[in-house]
Amino acid sequence: MAIDTNIELTDAGDPSAFLIEPPRSRTKRTGRKSRTNFEMLAWLFMRLSGIVLVFLVLGHLIIQLLLDGGVSKISFAFVAGRWASPFWQFWDLLMLWLAMLHGANGMRTVINDYAERENTRFWLKVLLVTATVFTVLLAAWSSSPSTHNQLSAGRTRQPTVMQVHKYDTVIVGAGGAGMRAAIESTKRSRTAVLTKLYPTRSHTGAAQGGMAAALANVEEDNWEWHTFDTVKGGDYLVDQDAAEILAKEAIDAVLDLEKMGLPFNRTPEGRIDQRRFGGHTRDHGQAAVRRSCYAADRTGHMILQTLYQNCVKEGVEFFNEFYVLDLLLNEVDGQTRTAGVVAYELATGEIHVFQAKSVIFASGGNGKFFKVTSNAHTLTGDGQAAAFRRGLPLEDMEFFQFHPTGIWRMGILLTEGARGEGGILRNKHGERFMEKYAPVMKDLASRDVVSRAIYTEIREGRGCGLDGDHVYLDLTHLPPEQLDAKLPDITEFARTYLGIEPYTDPIPIQPTAHYAMGGIPTNVQGEVLKDNDTVIPGLYAAGEVACVSVHGANRLGTNSLLDINVFGRRAGIAAAEYAATADYVELPENPAAKVVELLEGIRTGTGEERVSDIRSELQQTMDTNSMVYRTESTLKQAVADIHALKERYKNISVMDKGKRYNTDLLEAVELGNLLDLAEVTAVSGLARKESRGGHFREDYPTRDDVNFMQHTMAYREVDADGKDSIRLDYKPVVVTRYQPMERKY
Amino acid sequence: MWVDYQLTVDPKIRVLDAINTVKWEQDGTLTYRRSCAHGVCGSDAMRINGKNRLACKTLIKDVNPEKPITIEPIKGLTVLKDLVVDMDPFFQAYRDVMPFLITTGNAPTKERIQSEEDVQRFEDTTKCILCAACTTSCPVFWNDGQYFGPAAIVNAHRFIFDSRDEGAEQRLEILNDREGVWRCRTTFNCTDACPRGIEVTKAIQEVKRALVTRRF
Repeated sequence: MAIDTNIELTDAGDPSAFLIEPPRSRTKRTGRKSRTNFEMLAWLFMRLSGIVLVFLVLGHLIIQLLLDGGVSKISFAFVAGRWASPFWQFWDLLMLWLAMLHGANGMRTVINDYAERENTRFWLKVLLVTATVFTVLLAAWSSSPSTHNQLSAGRTRQPTVMQVHKYDTVIVGAGGAGMRAAIESTKRSRTAVLTKLYPTRSHTGAAQGGMAAALANVEEDNWEWHTFDTVKGGDYLVDQDAAEILAKEAIDAVLDLEKMGLPFNRTPEGRIDQRRFGGHTRDHGQAAVRRSCYAADRTGHMILQTLYQNCVKEGVEFFNEFYVLDLLLNEVDGQTRTAGVVAYELATGEIHVFQAKSVIFASGGNGKFFKVTSNAHTLTGDGQAAAFRRGLPLEDMEFFQFHPTGIWRMGILLTEGARGEGGILRNKHGERFMEKYAPVMKDLASRDVVSRAIYTEIREGRGCGLDGDHVYLDLTHLPPEQLDAKLPDITEFARTYLGIEPYTDPIPIQPTAHYAMGGIPTNVQGEVLKDNDTVIPGLYAAGEVACVSVHGANRLGTNSLLDINVFGRRAGIAAAEYAATADYVELPENPAAKVVELLEGIRTGTGEERVSDIRSELQQTMDTNSMVYRTESTLKQAVADIHALKERYKNISVMDKGKRYNTDLLEAVELGNLLDLAEVTAVSGLARKESRGGHFREDYPTRDDVNFMQHTMAYREVDADGKDSIRLDYKPVVVTRYQPMERKY
Repeated sequence: MWVDYQLTVDPKIRVLDAINTVKWEQDGTLTYRRSCAHGVCGSDAMRINGKNRLACKTLIKDVNPEKPITIEPIKGLTVLKDLVVDMDPFFQAYRDVMPFLITTGNAPTKERIQSEEDVQRFEDTTKCILCAACTTSCPVFWNDGQYFGPAAIVNAHRFIFDSRDEGAEQRLEILNDREGVWRCRTTFNCTDACPRGIEVTKAIQEVKRALVTRRF
């Protein structure tokens, strides 16, 4: 069904909006305590007088009814007779006085509000004074003129060609990893955080289920089991030294967040509560274990808010809506070192060069090249693309996680915690199909296993709905109180977006593109590698943009909130300590040239191709050819489609040619990043002729540890004609405790 | 200045999807903020048919598509371009209430103990996503940009009633100000506007009571 609708939008695009309404800013408020106590008294008086008035009036009426036998007797003579009694005289006078004062005080507050309007202030003040004189009791406290908006304050923006800033440490991205790093590095070095959004808009806030740590608050657990689960979950492509650090430092990471103020759900003893999650087991796979520390189904939101709160506390310097477009490297004595980054200020269209001793990329994932995805519009792999274009490798990009439970067609995430709380996946016959695929862990098997199971059900004709293209997440057997307390947000999503009541009806779901296991390769200190083992001094990465690799071929649920905290902190400390000893690297000549060329190329482009068309075709081909099931032919199709789209991308044009808040231009740049990264994903996947974790090849359905137990390293090569291609290399996996075994849940 | 756009859409899509369609197909210069598209990031608070809402949490069918849907920027903050407003005063008010846990003494080795009842006292206000829908629906804020506004008070409430926090007195002094909680006229616009269902007005009243009784 479709309907015609008319949307009207205000368009304040012209700059005169600035002149009509100058920016508001807040002035410092001091020395107003005497007025304040008056306001408090006035508020108290309002409440008390209101309550007493109600009692007086009701009392009068009730006594009248009781003593005098009904309302019908009320007459003027009757009331006049009453007034002979001093008691009733006092009663009614008090009533009258209170009513007057209550009204006068109310008037005063209203007038006070209007008196603050700059244009009519004088006359209202006259009225105010008259009003206060009129109410005798309040005359003593006459109202003073108040401050109003400071017109001159606020940012004034003088467009210039390029601004250069100098910081010890620059952090790109203000999600969980970026802000965790910022909290550490601000204490140790002069730090700037650049984000293309506002920090609290970051997609860490969309994470729901929890953060794993073997606290053993509710049942026996230890970090070694957690390490094993992480390695097994990642289908043995995990670097085991990194996984061990992740699991060990998880405990302090959770406790640190609690000390920063994060409101975790609690056990009856008042300790941090924990719940079950996919792939987390006791004693190497014996049974599910309660390891995920959580705050209802909004753990990511709480982590993001808590980290931002602590950034405010530490005085972290943010550059909001600064979009980093390029990484600056320079050769010093034959060694590649970090010089800084180039950013585009969204508000003004200005180019800023940030010279820095160390740079941390924490810019998040790149899931927006899929159509059905839980990723935000803004997750376009900007950090990965910037590094890749500067010749740095991208590791394991073929491994992309599909979360089993996204809202049907929309892809909005419904947490695995729903199954941790007892939710069950059912096909169209109402069968609990996960019993077939994972006899021990059932619905709590790892995400790649569950997503494949869902698609198998759908392909074999057991999907639900008219098209048979989804299955159900059934929460109806759980008590409504449990859903309200533990899963309030996702039940609300079901109501808002599907019109479904989860108390009584199952929720239609399908796997949704969720998380990039791959990214910029780093070591366990967060230092970026430029090949299999050489680090680039001063360059760091943490969070989804990075590949440590703790997630291997498939990330366990709750391990990403852990990853950002553990490796965000490590990168923050390492970067600041490096900056304390290192010198600035000289900026390359004309540092912003590449960015200016890119932006002006798009801005002045006159081609006929539209950004949104290319983007939706890219998403379509990735969904069709590079999702849960892949084969040689689908991946080849994806590569061919992407190449064709990249050709068309050269002929795009944007409608918005302006400088201020040009999001049209921004979306075009983001599409360029997505195209590059989608190509890396498909090309890496094509070369990996085995099935492992999130990468499942129907033509090679088993894991091949002989040939492919190694990380893919993809490099961008540019030949003499300026044509670029992708070169693949491989890096060995670090194995310490656990030899590869068959993976069963 | 109003611009009319006409489009045919499925009534079950979000208003944000409709705006995206306009931007992608009709007018690339249309500018607004958006990110997560499911009501957790707080980027796309707008005035839709005269009411503050998140464009990504409002479906077309819920705003009477028979008539033109009007979309304006949120009120009380300077409009920079189309639906983009200057958020700096809003975040400044937030920073002014010291929105972080204040503790004294040595931190415990493990976590601080807190009962589930103590968590429940401030649980409602932890849901805030700082979208500014409440603050920009407040008539007092429209009149006077100096007022802290509901969102800042909600975030102060979140810490004042946290049993682990020791900075409540300082925060209450900040809010015991002409531009603080006493400016609230209990209009309930904020509670209506909140996309997260926070009882904003109630939280403000609780802060007022805490100021009178000094119990929190």
